[in-house]
Amino acid sequence: MGFFIETLIGGLMAGMLYSLVALGFVLIFKASGVFNFAQGAMVLFAALAMARFAVWIPAALDIGNPVLGTGLAFFAAAVLMFVVAWLIERLVLRHLVNQEGATLLMATLGIAYVLEGLGTSLFGSDIYKIDVGMPKDPVMILEGTFEGGLLINKEDFVAALIAAVLVGLLALFFQKTSTGRALRAVADDHQAAQSIGIPLNRIWVIVWSVAGVVALVAGVIWGSKLGVQFSLATVALRGLPVVILGGLTSIPGAIIGGLIIGVGEKLSEVYLGPMIGGGIEIWFAYQLALLFLLFRPQGLFGEKIIDRV
Amino acid sequence: MSRQIGDVILDLQQVSLSFGGVKALNDISFDVREHEIRAIIGPNGAGKSSMLNVINGVYRPQEGEIILRGQRCTRMNPYQAARAGISRTFQNIALFKGMNVIDNLLSGRNLKMRSNLIQQAIWWGPARREELAHRAKVEEVIDFLEIQHIRKTPVGRLPYGLQKRVDLGRALAMEPSILLLDEPMAGMNVEEKQDMCRFILDVNDQFGTTIVLIEHDMAVVMDISDRVVVLDYGRKIGDGSPDEVRANPEVISAYLGASH
Repeated sequence: MGFFIETLIGGLMAGMLYSLVALGFVLIFKASGVFNFAQGAMVLFAALAMARFAVWIPAALDIGNPVLGTGLAFFAAAVLMFVVAWLIERLVLRHLVNQEGATLLMATLGIAYVLEGLGTSLFGSDIYKIDVGMPKDPVMILEGTFEGGLLINKEDFVAALIAAVLVGLLALFFQKTSTGRALRAVADDHQAAQSIGIPLNRIWVIVWSVAGVVALVAGVIWGSKLGVQFSLATVALRGLPVVILGGLTSIPGAIIGGLIIGVGEKLSEVYLGPMIGGGIEIWFAYQLALLFLLFRPQGLFGEKIIDRV
Repeated sequence: MSRQIGDVILDLQQVSLSFGGVKALNDISFDVREHEIRAIIGPNGAGKSSMLNVINGVYRPQEGEIILRGQRCTRMNPYQAARAGISRTFQNIALFKGMNVIDNLLSGRNLKMRSNLIQQAIWWGPARREELAHRAKVEEVIDFLEIQHIRKTPVGRLPYGLQKRVDLGRALAMEPSILLLDEPMAGMNVEEKQDMCRFILDVNDQFGTTIVLIEHDMAVVMDISDRVVVLDYGRKIGDGSPDEVRANPEVISAYLGASH
């Protein structure tokens, strides 16, 4: 029993991180109807910036305090992501108002390549490490309840907590503020949103900035686990099955989809894995997504598309 | 009638618009006076919707001028038009389908919102008061259009006639000085049409809103509008009071066929 719960918790924590990546997709899709292929590149770019700034800024300003140095680096990286969002709107999106979804999709593919190239040429292509002072050592809890207790990885726990808080804040922002409402309006209908005086350009800068900050948080968390390297851009691929499961337009969907996939991966690896020789964790999520595409293409919480004939 | 028709508020001068080789609008001039109900009619493909889209800034005419309150604004986009007090409804209802009625109407208040993002995020004093004030205004519009019973329903689930009414509501929530209505009665039954007519007349009467509307149904147009412009194949073939237009031989032949 203790082992099962341990696996379950491990899955939930991994799932929270998937949710964070998926959230980036959902945010931009909700606000502009674009599937943002550049989300992975944004994670990489943000993580690279963070890793380098954490070295450069303390060195340049002669700051000894690691907390202050890390804080400044995070802030600088967030500002950089805002600048990136602004540039994307200025140079790309502004010229594509009212275009087909496929056109915008191709544009985000282009943005992905530019960001990957720019990131590695600005910050170098070595493998960096991000140290934001996450606790590394595992802890044992509930030793009295279960035999041998539960082994919890503190780092995962903190990461999941951060992700949960961020997700909660964003859900509130979308549902409760008038800017959130304007974002949803733009997602539904560009033309109508413009005609009632919602400034499309500003909305896009806001939403890409928010997605940039989400990418930064995801990049920092994954980066401090795995190190910052080019493969970080493929972390976004882990978010794809999550959005298919949860629905592209639903923030709660991204969260629950992430958790289901995290838990499903871990449990199937542990309990089904031995029967078919293991390695399930790698493809389980995609298999699940495929089933969803067959039977419930709008996902768990997505809006069902009904065509009026 | 209590309302007083005022000066020219919107003046279109020799406007031409073409898409590639197709001339959608050919040298069209007319004006709209403050507080009046001005109709644009014409057979299918006459250029009525194009005309409305030109006023709203969706299309930019290749030739001609648009003068709004004495100022040239030919190069306006829809956002600027909204800022200038022009709001509109759409022929194929363009509501925000995932949102409920209240949120749709509240989004129409966007231009009037002053609090910034940070204030909204922490739901701080001014942002909160502002939201409540806008909410009160939206409730007024809801009462006016008699849609209290569907306030919290996502608009995607509403029947067509009610969606049209919500579309009008969103435009009204902007408190426009000029309201553009693109076929407000298309696809409605007689009862719904009567309701819509009543709302249009009430808006005009109570708020003094200038209304420019496109409509197919001749009887309706003749009943509610002060002056009518008639378009056919992108040309203007008639302009005047409903009675003048009704008597115009060119208008009769456009509507009933040349042989008449």
